[in-house]
Amino acid sequence: MSALRNYIDKIKPNFEKGGKFEKLHSVFEGFESFLFVPNTTAKMGAHIHDATDSKRTMIIVVLALVPAMLFGMYNVGYQHFLAIGQQMGFWGTFFYGFLAVLPLLLVSYIVGLGIEFISAQIKGHEIQEGFLVTGFLIPLIVPVDTPLWMVAVATAFAVIFAKEVFGGTGMNIFNVALITRAFLFFAYPTAMSGDKVWVRTDAAFGFGGGQAVDAFSGATPLGQVGTAATSTADITGILGQPLGFWDGVIGLIPGSVGETSIIAIAIGALLLLVTKVASWKTMLSVFLGGGIMAFVLNQFGPDTAYANFPWYCHLVYGGFAFGAVFMATDPVTSAHTETGKWIYGFLIGAMAIIIRVFNPGYAEGMMLAILLMNLFAGLIDYYVVQANIKKRLKRVTTK
Amino acid sequence: MKNDRFKEALLGPLNKNNPVVVQVLGICSALAVTVQLKPAIVMGLSVTIIVALSNVIISLMRNTIPNNVRIIVQLVVVAAVVTVVSEILKAFAYDVSVQLSVYIGLIITNCILMGRLEAYAMSNKPWDSFLDGLGNGLGYSWILIAVAFVRELFGSGKLFGFQVIPTSFYEAGYVDNGLMMMPSMALILVACIIWIHRSVNKDLQEK
Repeated sequence: MSALRNYIDKIKPNFEKGGKFEKLHSVFEGFESFLFVPNTTAKMGAHIHDATDSKRTMIIVVLALVPAMLFGMYNVGYQHFLAIGQQMGFWGTFFYGFLAVLPLLLVSYIVGLGIEFISAQIKGHEIQEGFLVTGFLIPLIVPVDTPLWMVAVATAFAVIFAKEVFGGTGMNIFNVALITRAFLFFAYPTAMSGDKVWVRTDAAFGFGGGQAVDAFSGATPLGQVGTAATSTADITGILGQPLGFWDGVIGLIPGSVGETSIIAIAIGALLLLVTKVASWKTMLSVFLGGGIMAFVLNQFGPDTAYANFPWYCHLVYGGFAFGAVFMATDPVTSAHTETGKWIYGFLIGAMAIIIRVFNPGYAEGMMLAILLMNLFAGLIDYYVVQANIKKRLKRVTTK
Repeated sequence: MKNDRFKEALLGPLNKNNPVVVQVLGICSALAVTVQLKPAIVMGLSVTIIVALSNVIISLMRNTIPNNVRIIVQLVVVAAVVTVVSEILKAFAYDVSVQLSVYIGLIITNCILMGRLEAYAMSNKPWDSFLDGLGNGLGYSWILIAVAFVRELFGSGKLFGFQVIPTSFYEAGYVDNGLMMMPSMALILVACIIWIHRSVNKDLQEK
């Protein structure tokens, strides 16, 4: 470690003002603070001393995403070997998923970080760590078969138009990873929905090739509910095996890479809550909003398969839990006031279910619900603050 | 002196005084008609003709129009010219006029028109007004054409309805961008043009 420190100290003057590579200062700065804790502290004025900073927050979120990522990789392999009807051991299954998901992760990081570095250079800013989380989220919320160039285009679009034009990390209105997904969803609908994209039947880098068995059908559970013609849908796995509530919890079902397993997501959620990185209020209220809305529709909704889909299943299938834990709680784009978090979360949950049930075009409503509420987060905060001011003003004036 | 004035009236709106990217007017129709190049060009031409003609007419009448009914008079003139253009399109370019549907009629409500009549034609001579109308119409047109070019190329792989992106691309896995077909993308493209335009013309940047 000290050899690395010494080396960085040695080359540092080159990147300072007047040095040889002065122009590359922000790149150097980015790498240095990535490797070592910055030793700069505020020198003047009042400031709060705290052990946490944005970098530590980001790393905790990435750590919280690791269980979902690992499980997602295993599930990709599991679905693949199920679809081609081959037996494969645990490690082989995982290895296949690893090979299939890794390119998505690499593309998302390379494109996103590349743009971050370039724009930091242009603006002369320091490089910020925001993309570490975004880049990890992107492969988790897309189907495994998404072509890499689409991921690259969508990531570039999202980083430029949802983040950099608003001023970079911490200034974005919308969740960047969700904008990436929304771009893919609207620009390349055939690659993002339907029943062909959720399970990879081809080989990954020549590993695990085979032919899909006859019984194979790759529709996601929510896709099946959305297209069901009858008023109750029997959801099945890719080989026609019936699925219930607990299959949704365990997560060995087709879907976007990281969204399927509630257990893996719950481990991440626990980490986020223990470290207080994410707000429990937002998280809980999303589930409350979704649960109550789905329950109401179960009782009084129209007689369609989606409205009759049990409320507890709504919460464990699709991207609902993943969105509630990792997307709705995004500290930048969610509501900041404590009351606001309840309203914000509740409306996300309710909206997601409304979109699922009433819009047959979108089998999954979580993405659109969160993006919509991102837009309203500032407004909610504004009125919460105004209400508070009014309340306190009344207290002063009535005396 | 005189030539400078004419030049400014004609060429100003193409660049530093552009109705779309600087004054941000006429956005609604820029979203609606730019899915393909052909309707965008026809729309741009129609607006150019209508602005130029109504500018001249209003400019000729500018000293006789009572001040408190001037908006109504302007509207009547614009409505008359729009109707003429719309009828001509129906007669000679029926398929395009079907494609443009209500948007030709809606030129009446295009902010650029009322804006130019109110801000320029009411206080300038006919020839100046004609050049100003021409300039603004062309300024509007080139933005429309630029946006439509990108949208048609990436949205359906075509230009003027001809396939430009070779089929070998599609076989290699290229897919047309569906978002380009949606109005939201037109807004983003207009924003990009504004972005580039302001980076080039630093004096237009707000402090």
